[in-house]
Amino acid sequence: MGTYPILGGGFFLAGRASGEIKRCLSELSLPAELLRRVVIATYEAEMNIVIHAVSGEVSVSVDGERVTVAAVDRGPGIADIERAMAPGFSTASEKARSLGFGAGMGLTNMRRCADRFAIASEPGQGTRVEMTFRPRTEGSKEEQ
Amino acid sequence: MTVAEVAEALGLEVLAGHQHLSREVTGGSVSDLLSHVMGNAQPGNLWITIQVHPNIVGVVELIDLAGVVVADGQAPEEATIDKAREQGIPLLTGKETSYTLAGRLYELGVR
Repeated sequence: MGTYPILGGGFFLAGRASGEIKRCLSELSLPAELLRRVVIATYEAEMNIVIHAVSGEVSVSVDGERVTVAAVDRGPGIADIERAMAPGFSTASEKARSLGFGAGMGLTNMRRCADRFAIASEPGQGTRVEMTFRPRTEGSKEEQ
Repeated sequence: MTVAEVAEALGLEVLAGHQHLSREVTGGSVSDLLSHVMGNAQPGNLWITIQVHPNIVGVVELIDLAGVVVADGQAPEEATIDKAREQGIPLLTGKETSYTLAGRLYELGVR
């Protein structure tokens, strides 16, 4: 469906890519709960690039009711992924935190919203997150 | 209750999104952490925060909240007001703290 470039440190524009992605996906009449999860996870991926990386991009593809989101950045990479995935752990700057970002909830939100979540990273090499979303049965909630 | 009725009852000032004040408020959310709101607030919720930067407007739009109330007499940045006006997002301000506003909202039956 498209690739959206994201600038590191660009707090003012942060969320714009997710907004555009939401608008495009809204035209596809996907289930509302699916769209909601994709939007939340995409926003978190975008914010992580803004907070941590020099630059990056988020790509979205749609196959029927299956949505795939890939976020790739040119950033510092993550030395200990397990630790980064722990709720509350964050290496965000004071500036990011003062704006209400970097609470250590981003990766947790992504994993909870996605039906498949994969993260790969090497220090100095940047980070790649891939997420797949499918409709969940009615009444089922986001996994905690 | 609609956003307009809540604004009236709590004495909130409406800075933007006047065209969407007839929306029903489905509940409330209080947080200054954006990821927390993103992950937990439900569509139609009214969000109370002390964050004042333009990203709060994006959050409201992305997860389809009824609007955002900036509490504690904090003044939203000009860019925040501009963005909310552009996007038609209800942006309100209140002089009371988040705690008090949430308590009063709850008392009004918004739960």
